Amino acid sequence: MRHACAGRQFGRNTGHRKALLRMLVTALLKNEKIETTVAKAKEIRPLAEKMITLGKRGDLHARRQALSFIQDEIVVRGLFVDIAPRFAARNGGYTRIVPTRQRMGDAAPMAVIELVERQKKEAAASKTEAKQKS
Amino acid sequence: MANPKHRHSKSRRDKRRTHKHLQAPSLTLCPQCQEVKKPHHACMSCGTYNSREVVTVQQI
Repeated sequence: MRHACAGRQFGRNTGHRKALLRMLVTALLKNEKIETTVAKAKEIRPLAEKMITLGKRGDLHARRQALSFIQDEIVVRGLFVDIAPRFAARNGGYTRIVPTRQRMGDAAPMAVIELVERQKKEAAASKTEAKQKS
Repeated sequence: MANPKHRHSKSRRDKRRTHKHLQAPSLTLCPQCQEVKKPHHACMSCGTYNSREVVTVQQI
């Protein structure tokens, strides 16, 4: 029986799956809003929120812990100086997941995951729309 | 091994299958644009959920 096996495997081995999740968390913190499948959005939500908590701690150790997960140093800098202060008044619940559509091709249920205190304009969304048009 | 003793008629087979059918999806109206949408999903015609913009919809 599949007891005590929490989390989704996404049909990938451990390294592949970890790389996928790190990539998605990095993209979310970089763009502040991304569209992905509902399952992946639900899986990255706790990871992304932990990164924001590290950003709120703001000390050197927290920064190193964030750097060990996030793949882009610039994103970590943005997380600590830009994103984290916006969430100072909030204890958890930093992200929002809204189910959107079924993906063409495999009918995967898609969702938008975004930071609740979002400021950046959406660059990623316009890119996907350009793809949909063609 | 247990095996069926008697053949089931077509009628019995088909009666078994009367419950096997597609379910109509449950749908709601978007409070923003009155378009049909899935409950708890963003409206794909106006791009909003809880009167907040989620996706930007291309105007055709």
